[in-house]
Amino acid sequence: MSAMNRKLIQNLAETLCKQVKHFDKAEAECLIRQFSGLLGEQAERRAAHGLDRVRFRNILHNTFGMTDDVMMDRVFRVFDKDNDTYVSVKEWVEGLSVFLRGTLDEKIKFCFDVYDLNGDGYISREEMIQMLKDSLIRQPVEEDPDEGIKDVVDIALKKMDYDHDGKVSYSDFEKTVIDENLLLEAFGNCLPDAKRILLFEQHAFREPHEH
Amino acid sequence: MGVALSRAIQWSSDADKLEDSPLNNDLLTEILLFTEEFGDRHPQEARLKFSEPLQWKTTLEASDFISDLYDIREESVMSLGYDDNRRSLLQLSPPDITVYSFYYLSNLLQLSKDKKMKEVQSCLEANREPMKKIFGPRSPSIHEDELFNVLQQLDEKLLSIAVRPIAREGRLSPAAVDIEVDLLKRFCGTGENRVLKSVRYTSDYVFSNGCRSPPWRQMDGEICSLIIETCDTEPTLFITCNTSGVFLDEEINGEGGENSNRRKSEVYKDLVTLLKNMSTHFAKASDEKDSAIQDVPSTEKTLHVETVDAEETGQTLKSYDHEEKNVLEKARQQLARNKPGGRKKKLEPSLKWKNLGLVSPYDEAEEKARKSRESKRILEYGTKSPASENKKKSNFSGSSLPGCHSSQKIKTPGGADDFSESSSDDEEDEEQPERRAEAATDLPSEYWQIQKLVKYLKGANQTATVIVLCSLRDFNLVQEMCQLAIRDVGGLEVLINLLDTDEIRCKIGSLKILKEISCNSQIRRTIADLGGLQTMVSILDSPDKELKCLAAETIANVAKFRRARRTVRQHGGIKRLVELLDCVPDGVSLSKEQERDVEVARCGALALWSCSKSTWNKEAIRRAGGIPLLARLLKSPQKNMLIPVVGTLQECASEESYRIAIQTEGMIEDLVKNLSCDNQELQMHCASAIFKCAEDKHTRDLVRQYGGLKPLVVLLNQAENKQLLAATTGAIWKCSISMENVAKFQEYKALEILVRLLTDQPEEVLVNVVGALGECAQKSENLAIIRKSGGIKPLVNLLTGTNQALLVNVTRAVGACATDPENMVIIDQLDGVRLLWSLLKNPSPEVQASAAWAICPCIENAKDAGEMVRSFVGGLELIVNLLKSQNKDVLASVCAAIAKIAKDVENLAVITDHGVVPMLANLTNTGDDKLRRYLAEAIACCCMWGSNCVSFGEAGAVAPLVRYLRSNDPSVHQATARALFELSKDPNNCITMHENGVVKLLLVMIGSTDEILQEAAASCVANIRRLALANDKAKYG
Repeated sequence: MSAMNRKLIQNLAETLCKQVKHFDKAEAECLIRQFSGLLGEQAERRAAHGLDRVRFRNILHNTFGMTDDVMMDRVFRVFDKDNDTYVSVKEWVEGLSVFLRGTLDEKIKFCFDVYDLNGDGYISREEMIQMLKDSLIRQPVEEDPDEGIKDVVDIALKKMDYDHDGKVSYSDFEKTVIDENLLLEAFGNCLPDAKRILLFEQHAFREPHEH
Repeated sequence: MGVALSRAIQWSSDADKLEDSPLNNDLLTEILLFTEEFGDRHPQEARLKFSEPLQWKTTLEASDFISDLYDIREESVMSLGYDDNRRSLLQLSPPDITVYSFYYLSNLLQLSKDKKMKEVQSCLEANREPMKKIFGPRSPSIHEDELFNVLQQLDEKLLSIAVRPIAREGRLSPAAVDIEVDLLKRFCGTGENRVLKSVRYTSDYVFSNGCRSPPWRQMDGEICSLIIETCDTEPTLFITCNTSGVFLDEEINGEGGENSNRRKSEVYKDLVTLLKNMSTHFAKASDEKDSAIQDVPSTEKTLHVETVDAEETGQTLKSYDHEEKNVLEKARQQLARNKPGGRKKKLEPSLKWKNLGLVSPYDEAEEKARKSRESKRILEYGTKSPASENKKKSNFSGSSLPGCHSSQKIKTPGGADDFSESSSDDEEDEEQPERRAEAATDLPSEYWQIQKLVKYLKGANQTATVIVLCSLRDFNLVQEMCQLAIRDVGGLEVLINLLDTDEIRCKIGSLKILKEISCNSQIRRTIADLGGLQTMVSILDSPDKELKCLAAETIANVAKFRRARRTVRQHGGIKRLVELLDCVPDGVSLSKEQERDVEVARCGALALWSCSKSTWNKEAIRRAGGIPLLARLLKSPQKNMLIPVVGTLQECASEESYRIAIQTEGMIEDLVKNLSCDNQELQMHCASAIFKCAEDKHTRDLVRQYGGLKPLVVLLNQAENKQLLAATTGAIWKCSISMENVAKFQEYKALEILVRLLTDQPEEVLVNVVGALGECAQKSENLAIIRKSGGIKPLVNLLTGTNQALLVNVTRAVGACATDPENMVIIDQLDGVRLLWSLLKNPSPEVQASAAWAICPCIENAKDAGEMVRSFVGGLELIVNLLKSQNKDVLASVCAAIAKIAKDVENLAVITDHGVVPMLANLTNTGDDKLRRYLAEAIACCCMWGSNCVSFGEAGAVAPLVRYLRSNDPSVHQATARALFELSKDPNNCITMHENGVVKLLLVMIGSTDEILQEAAASCVANIRRLALANDKAKYG
């Protein structure tokens, strides 16, 4: 990959910008170059496949300011569409298109996929507890230290479960977020904030011909 | 003030003057600041009337009382506020001043400008025991209790100031001596004007402690010795400075030698004082150079000493503040937490609360503490009159708030201003009595749910916070129960704290709730108390537009009371809000981003609208460049944008600067355009803006030119919306001041509609409707229209009202109608003249004048006017006595009426008996042209009876009248010439006139184009000439 020549990158960019929304060819090229730069630091053997989990999590942490381990793992899984434990260049550009410029619908889909831990198409009560387990300061006086969490999960479920089946389907989630945008990242931070996006784009897309 | 005044203040030896000392200066400054701010800080207490007035000799003059609180009559001043006996609470007849309340004391000091200190000093000198005067011999009543407390605090503060210098009194330091010597050296010299010849130390050697005297003398506290040559004392003065003061060594060369007791003279506190006593030249010169010699050393000295004390004072002050804050804070918490507890005695549910263990241990402790304080307080009151105790008790068992308030005030007297501040708020947001559904025998489940959510908020990370905030939003936040529940469980603190975090979603979530619940006035106050406004103002800088909008909208809700508006201004909020207005909404289709910008501007306008209710904020908006931005937004097609924009503009149109800008920035066109929109609120604001701006002639013309008169008339048909109707009729009133506009109104048949609006309308509508009719009636053809549409009767009926603004307009309108004889018949039948006449007794000078003006055409046009006037029992005496009024317009109108009355000889005889001649003569020295004109007319008419002509001459009315001919006002000339002609029928008057050079002036008048003037002037000259001829004839036969 590191040996990828100019022509190759251009061809790839050409293909990708047609398959992936929100980026033009020049931008796709920048992202590909940046990706190969990121890969270059990885051991040659793995590089062939793409970014591994650790490396990807580092990027999420350092570049996009994420801190929650569960969330970062989940974001990796969603980026890694083919489930081969590596984020390929295509997956990277596709993921970034939502990350950086996604429409509300795309972001809703993305977040839902992140929160649907077992991929069964629902965010269940258990999944919520799992994601929110560290979201409250535990009250030592309480008999059940997790009572607060369970309560918050009930609150969330009550708010989101439109069809009253005790779990949040994609359509439930979509309705909820359209009604109240604040709930897009209801179960954890999995999208970069505006400031980080701006910084990333400035960095990735500055004077593309210098690369 | 009691103790401090009697003990701490330093009185001069003859005990009637305050000594000019730094301490007194400090005390006076403190008293001055206290009194000056009293009116604002304790508005209620400030209104209490003193038992006895404070009286002193003032240096203030009538001209200093530039305020609409006072009625100024030549040299004397009376406040418009008076007590139950209708005695003015402030009376000035220089140099004596009498003041009955802190409100006027405070106001007086504000008006005194640079004479403030002097006034405070004179007041204290003349009132050695102000406390006794204020409260009288009896113990303070409940109301006065607050005042007593406030004054007690001042007293304590004064004492603490007084104690400091006392502690250091008589301790002179080497540094202080050095400063003084340096200063004195500056006044030495050789010229004529020198104050001293020379000042020098006996020794140039300075010990490390700053003293110059030898160590064995230092043991006695000696600092140094000085040799001072004055201009007039012999021999040279040998002076010793000791830590206890300075004194003269009279026998330094005497036999006693070095060790003899040198203390011969009196000890003075400093060198200047000693020199003043020893040298008359120095005393005189120093008086001349008062500021230089006297003040500088004293301030320098105090400065020096103060540097030591400053830290200490600062600390004590700080800790005092701190303590007070704590107490207040606690009290407030208590108020918030124990609100239900306050009712616990009466109601079951709160007991249940407690049994359920829902009151935290902390609350319980508070509760106990409060109870014990409470009982203590009741004990305290037990020693006082039982009545006051009862009152307190009943207060307490009643609705919880007043009780809590009073208990707080008693415990933390210093915190009182916090409350008085809010009570000084505008009427639009009065402090509402603390309310909670009385019937809440069971707190609704929502209460507990909200409490739980707020508890989670306190310990949640960003993610959970957002979930909880969203859930909280699902409650019915417009319901007061939910609003107060959020506050009572400490939710406001948490929400406001969230605004300080970096988490944008938390801020948005929090603001969405605050925006909703801040429609409750109690919540608004708590948000302001918790410093929420400051944070929201800073959020206005955020790049996130949604966040900006929410902050501005919440500010718009919170800034409904004065203190909040001031906070917004003081933290730079006005400037930031004005910046929000800066979007470019032109163009038909807007991008998403532009739409957001427009929304930001709209929210900014909403907030400015709330803020613009304070005068200072209007000015701040203008200075921040808000006017052109508002003008631009006024072109917006969106109603939800236009309403706050026009709302702000009409609010600000109370200021001249805005009225000019509204005219010059082309806003009238847009205002007129929106009169025809389909939103009544917007229409109302537009009409109201025009109402306020149309005092200006050019603006009135613009309204007509942009076709605004027709839509205004159309709006008259929206008679159900009274606010809209008031604004519309107001705009019509002001527009009808221009005759071109009246013609248009005639064309649109506005008069008929206005006449229909004379009945069954609220007063604010009536004032405007009648005002408009009064203006229209200045055009004669409208008089018949008003009559034919049945307007005379309702107008006359309105003469029995009490609203002064309305009466001024009604009398004017009736007067205008009376110029038409047919109308006059109806007015007469309705006994309108008697009603007008009785309005001469109205306390308002404006009503008096307006009634008197209206009486003139009535007398002129009524049949048997003389008989009619005579039929009013006491009527003639009443009107003659109004010549004692201090109001120029009243005088002019009454003179005009007297001129009309005097046309009937019988009536003239009556008013002559009532002394009209000397009273008119008394007024002749006026410089007011309007008064001159009608006065001259009255004099001309009153000459027609008996010896009145002679009497005017004897009363000295002739010479001043001659001067009227020099006036620039031609209407004065005519009336004056007529009066002079009448007066010239008496030879002595002719002599007086001639002596005053009347002939030359009259000769000019004879050349006038005004025939009446010509004739009167010529006839007067003829009379004078005839007298001269007769005189010649008598002399030379």
